[in-house]
Amino acid sequence: MFFINSTLEKKGYNIHYDLSRYVWKGVIYFILFVFGFFVSFPFLWMVTSSLKTLEEATTPSLWLFPKQWQWENWIYIFKFAPFGKYFFNSFFVAGTVTFFVCINSLLAGYAFARLRFFGKNVIFALVMATMMVPFEAVLIPNFILISRLGWYNTYFALIFPWCANAFSILMLRQAFMTIPNDYYESAQIDGCSHISFLIHLAIPFVKPALITVALFSFLNSYNSLLWPLIVTADETKRVVQVGLTVFSGDAGVRVNLLMTASTLVALPTIIIYLIAQRYFFQESIRVGLKG
Amino acid sequence: MFLFPSLLILFPFFIFPIFYALQLSLWGGKRNMGTFVGLKNYIFAFQNPMFWQSLQVTLYYAMITIPATLLLGFTFAYFLAKIIRARTFLRILFFVPYVTSTVAVAMVWRIFYNPQLGLFNYILKTLGLPVQQWLLEPRGVLNIITGGAIDPHYGPSLALVCISLFDIWHTFGFAVVVFLAGMSTLPQEYYESAKIDGANPWKILLHIELPLLSPTWLFLITVQSIRSLQSFSSFYALSPASGRTLGTTENLMLHIYSQFYEYGYWGYGSAVAILLSIFIMLLTYIQWQWARRYVFYQ
Repeated sequence: MFFINSTLEKKGYNIHYDLSRYVWKGVIYFILFVFGFFVSFPFLWMVTSSLKTLEEATTPSLWLFPKQWQWENWIYIFKFAPFGKYFFNSFFVAGTVTFFVCINSLLAGYAFARLRFFGKNVIFALVMATMMVPFEAVLIPNFILISRLGWYNTYFALIFPWCANAFSILMLRQAFMTIPNDYYESAQIDGCSHISFLIHLAIPFVKPALITVALFSFLNSYNSLLWPLIVTADETKRVVQVGLTVFSGDAGVRVNLLMTASTLVALPTIIIYLIAQRYFFQESIRVGLKG
Repeated sequence: MFLFPSLLILFPFFIFPIFYALQLSLWGGKRNMGTFVGLKNYIFAFQNPMFWQSLQVTLYYAMITIPATLLLGFTFAYFLAKIIRARTFLRILFFVPYVTSTVAVAMVWRIFYNPQLGLFNYILKTLGLPVQQWLLEPRGVLNIITGGAIDPHYGPSLALVCISLFDIWHTFGFAVVVFLAGMSTLPQEYYESAKIDGANPWKILLHIELPLLSPTWLFLITVQSIRSLQSFSSFYALSPASGRTLGTTENLMLHIYSQFYEYGYWGYGSAVAILLSIFIMLLTYIQWQWARRYVFYQ
């Protein structure tokens, strides 16, 4: 014991310093948890308000727990507004977008990483340049283009423009680049075509990058508001984000129903995030280090 | 051809429209191309008080949200880096608002801000303070705080500050995660040698962590500037549809949206969109030029 203490002291530590360190740790934990409570409060309030009666929900109170748990709000909401249709549209659009983004970025990423063809560098630079294009600059031309094509208020308008993006292509290209050249050469010697090499060897290799691409394209599509707002006209093609803003006008003071709708809209994103949070953090680390 | 499907989408929807937008901005018409008007749309924008007001709103919003998000993000990343237990849990918790649909959580805040049903006025009433109109209040926040000493048109309106507060809550988690990632890459030896030299935590923060994290700061400033200048969803969901709080909560994106979509001025909308794009590109360029002098790369 004496020996340990003396070595610690030599390193510049002492008992008093340690004690104040524990106090500081305690203060840090306290601040973090209090702040964490404030951050999560809107979520807690949203979920519990969705289970309250109209009278209870419209009486302002910091008390979170409902007196009577109104689970029927969660069923009633689908009768009150066409949320069933909205959810179908959102999932259908986001699912289709995700599927095509994956296919297109796999093909394009593979081409940029492995194939040799005329004008490759120019095309790659052009594709990467689309990342710099501000969304608001192309919004109006794209709306006009969609209208001219006769796609206004169709699933095509919601899905087609988002089925490829430079960021996903870049991510998969970088992932394909990490596959050692030997793999590719030996596959070629065995008479393996590009397509079968891609399917059998390359895709399993880039699976983490592919999952990240899929997650982000699903969430981006599901959370988007501005584009669906301008290309859809009625509830048959409306997605949940637009549906919720419309509903917030119709709901008036029905706070409990509005919160039920908000909870239902928020739920898929939170579930996906909690299941796959590992990929989210890896991605932000990667992006963060690029700076 | 492997590239064909991607190019089929990227060219017509991301490259061609840039030129089309430039062309549109020189034409004037209502829900059609109309006639060639030259630079009239741009001249009209510079003469339009609504354009200047929405530009002002956009800049106020950026000036409130960017420093607040980064400082909160850095502070809590710094605290999280100092603890071990519950770090993952808190990191996941702080990041939840960022991944959740803006519209869904904006609805919660809209009710918090509601003058009759909301929690903010309930808390003010309980504390015996005067209630506020929050999102419906066009008066400047400085006017309210100083009890009328400052002109009500000066500074951001209370309604705009409310939207900014929502956005800070919504995005600070992103900054926490990026800063935390940046901190985890700092070489441990620096800390060790600083401790041996007798540096206190404050000195370590000031002379080691802050300079070494300058690339992370630059990245976050760039990303958050672009994001806040292009912000649409939080404004659309929180700004009152009738009158936009006398225009004090109409940012440039809402201005473009209402001019182009609600009123049908395609040419004018394109002109403002191009002005905003140029502004964003210039700002990013300036930030990177500035960074070349001050950012420290290992």
